[in-house]
Amino acid sequence: MSELSVNHLLGIKYLNKEDIDLIFKTADHFKEVINRPIKKVPSLRDITIANLFFENSTRTRLSFELAEKRLSADVINFSAASSSVKKGETLIDTVNNILAMKVDMVVMRHPNPGAGIFLSKHVNASIINAGDGTHEHPTQALLDSYSIREKLGEVAGKKILIVGDIMHSRVALSNIFALKLQGAEVKVCGPKTLIPKHIESLGVTVETNLVKALEWCDVANMLRVQNERMEISYFPTTREYTQQFGLNKEILDSLKKQIVVMHPGPINRGVEITSDVADSKQAIILDQVQNGVAVRMAVIYLLASKINR
Amino acid sequence: MLNTLSGIKKNLTFVFTTLAVSNMSQKVLLNSKEINIILRRLACQLVENHPNFENTVIIGIQPRGVFLADRIIQLLEEEYNITNVEYGQLDITFYRDDFRRSIKPLEANKTKIDFIVEDKQVIFIDDVLFTGRSIRSALTAIQSFGRPKEIELLTLIDRRFSRHLPIQPDYNGRQVDAINDEQVKVNWKEVHGEDTVYLLPTSNTEIEAIQKKKNSK
Repeated sequence: MSELSVNHLLGIKYLNKEDIDLIFKTADHFKEVINRPIKKVPSLRDITIANLFFENSTRTRLSFELAEKRLSADVINFSAASSSVKKGETLIDTVNNILAMKVDMVVMRHPNPGAGIFLSKHVNASIINAGDGTHEHPTQALLDSYSIREKLGEVAGKKILIVGDIMHSRVALSNIFALKLQGAEVKVCGPKTLIPKHIESLGVTVETNLVKALEWCDVANMLRVQNERMEISYFPTTREYTQQFGLNKEILDSLKKQIVVMHPGPINRGVEITSDVADSKQAIILDQVQNGVAVRMAVIYLLASKINR
Repeated sequence: MLNTLSGIKKNLTFVFTTLAVSNMSQKVLLNSKEINIILRRLACQLVENHPNFENTVIIGIQPRGVFLADRIIQLLEEEYNITNVEYGQLDITFYRDDFRRSIKPLEANKTKIDFIVEDKQVIFIDDVLFTGRSIRSALTAIQSFGRPKEIELLTLIDRRFSRHLPIQPDYNGRQVDAINDEQVKVNWKEVHGEDTVYLLPTSNTEIEAIQKKKNSK
């Protein structure tokens, strides 16, 4: 198979196992490209991509922009803070105005869950979801799985633990879909208030004791505490969260096996993980960032190859 | 493959009229013995121009040029005792000029070049030279690894009269005057079990794919 089954990347939920395999295989080639002296290929010379960020982002936005530029696409950037969205323009109007300038692909981050899916039904362009509210963040999940595959050889059969705010995390949801699709075992861990009811229906197990959960896993993905999404208090204090669910060097060293530590960034050092863990050899946080560019290049390349004109 | 396809488009109508007769008739262009003689000559010609391969690197063009490059390197070692030739494999997929234009989606292969070609004499090796577009892509692709002093091209089969670009081989196995809708296929002992070059008529599936694409437009 050499083509994706979808025309947009709206969520991992819409992909199948073959799509993920194809994305990873393509990303392998791009990873080789970005380690060359000249890190650029001319494939997407005639493609224009708009990066629409209706919500703040540093890493994802830079990563997408770099991926686009390494593929030689033309790039326009847009952030909601400095735009007519403030004047009351609707999403479809905003995007259609941008598409009128002959744009082929839209990378969008939006605070509302489902914004990408809505857009894909109303505008004529390939859409990549770069995070829609608390729903999905597919490229993050892909780069997480890609990093696990790179570190441990394969994802199938591995035991992956996701720790933190499962309820508000789009990274957690996309990761669960992606990992289950590839045949990994997934456990979630966090304060009971931040674990959604019926999460077991996604095929994951729940554990509220961090040490027990860590003893079980091969990989621990430590999510960020997202203060901006919590209108009410889900746990008493950050310090109490850290005491119960923070990963520090003592816990890591006390485990029987060497586990891999991941974090989607940005890190709250000293909250979900301590600095010595984040900077330790077991952490692959910076590998995740590097792989992010290769995986995003693969996604953009594969979707662009389906654009007809 | 790309070369053949772009060739077929031009002659589509012609193909359709002659399909019934030309179907399934394949012809052997070179047999194992002939290939062996040609490979030895090519290796000999390389050594003539690059006596000790000090500043020369060999680049096999993925996917099919690599088989030929492997053979040439093996011969250099056996016949001329030239070992440790710097050898890389270059994939041109991301540099091709038919992205989103070809019928089949392009599938990438592995690029493996762990040296810099800056100021080196580069020898490109590919099995069949047809329109020259693959080599054009390779010329662009190799720039990502530095500025070579010069680049030469070695091919086993040169399908002259079908070039789209001003590109010619420096070392050539055999010139072939195949018409555009025919396909030249090189089989290697290591992968296909035999050393043979075939001249094939265009396969039905490819013609159907082109027809489908035309109809959908």
